[in-house]
Amino acid sequence: MMSTLPLADLVDLFLRFLMLSLLSIGGAMSTAPEMHRFLVAERGWLDDAEFTTAIALAQAAPGPNVLFVPVLGFQVAGVVGAAAALVGILLPSTLLSLGVSRWGAQRRDAPVVRAFTAGLAPVSVGLVFATGWLLSLPFIAAPDHRLGALALIAATMAVTLKTRLAPIWMIVVGATAGALGGV
Amino acid sequence: MTPAAPDYPRPRSPLHLFIAFTVLALQGFGGVLAVAQRELVDRRRWMTREEFVDAYSVAQLLPGPNVVNLSLMLGDRFFGWRGAFAAISGMLFAPLVLVIVLAASYNQLASFPAVAGALRGMGAVAAGLILAMALKMLGTLRRNPLGPVLCALLGLTTLVAVTVFRAPLAWVVIGLGSAGWCIARWCIARREHGR
Repeated sequence: MMSTLPLADLVDLFLRFLMLSLLSIGGAMSTAPEMHRFLVAERGWLDDAEFTTAIALAQAAPGPNVLFVPVLGFQVAGVVGAAAALVGILLPSTLLSLGVSRWGAQRRDAPVVRAFTAGLAPVSVGLVFATGWLLSLPFIAAPDHRLGALALIAATMAVTLKTRLAPIWMIVVGATAGALGGV
Repeated sequence: MTPAAPDYPRPRSPLHLFIAFTVLALQGFGGVLAVAQRELVDRRRWMTREEFVDAYSVAQLLPGPNVVNLSLMLGDRFFGWRGAFAAISGMLFAPLVLVIVLAASYNQLASFPAVAGALRGMGAVAAGLILAMALKMLGTLRRNPLGPVLCALLGLTTLVAVTVFRAPLAWVVIGLGSAGWCIARWCIARREHGR
């Protein structure tokens, strides 16, 4: 796992991820298939199980899901690989976003910009519902503990909508219920 | 985004932003978006729900992780590029260290069934947080110039495209987003014409 990659390969990885950054519309996860092609099929630096583990770990750990990218880099080339992958996937998109958001902020009352945010808002809401549905699906599909999981999902929704409790407490309850075998 | 009303709470310094984003990132199991909405809008009140939806919509269409783009926009609004850097660093640094430590010790952890169970429980809570957030975002559409029918049509088409047809996200966002943009331009132009 701590294999040292030749510098030329490390630079190659960095440049690939720089390029993927600008294609990562909708989040870094949308470039995961392309990363799989590069790291597993083309270079053979990782196997399928290692690739899947990186994504599962990033989803399980706190923080943005983009962190599966430095985990992939870490698996390929240790801490240096993690840094190269993370900076590569974030730098171009971040600079572009900063530029676009400043441009938009200066023109936020222009009809074109207002139409942009107004037209996109329903799509965004639809996407968040879709994400919630896709995240719930494995719990609905698995027959064991289905009731426990659905109760936990419903309770989380109710607490979120009715109180100002910090999410971490709901996570703690969920983790405890799960560790005890209730979910 | 322009700064909100002056009486609105705001972060005191880039360090304050860094700490706030670290706190929210460390609560974000299974995705940070719902926690960001909760912390930034409901609890700290640094943004309104409408501003959050606007920023999220733009973040969605730009390349890069949505929550990273969202942090960047909020940080930039308060403290320029220093704020943007503080917010992104807060969002990424602590979780990065944690996930790398996890990756390094993964093989020992995976053998405990209680760990797998705890992960499932956390996943269910993450799903509930996202669904609640979607319901809150729904309320912000009430003032949308598209009107309820077009909003519902666009939102439902998005939902079906992603969940039923598993359409690639980039296609959905570019396709339905530009459709929404065109319709909204027409609605806004018609409304201003009618004044």
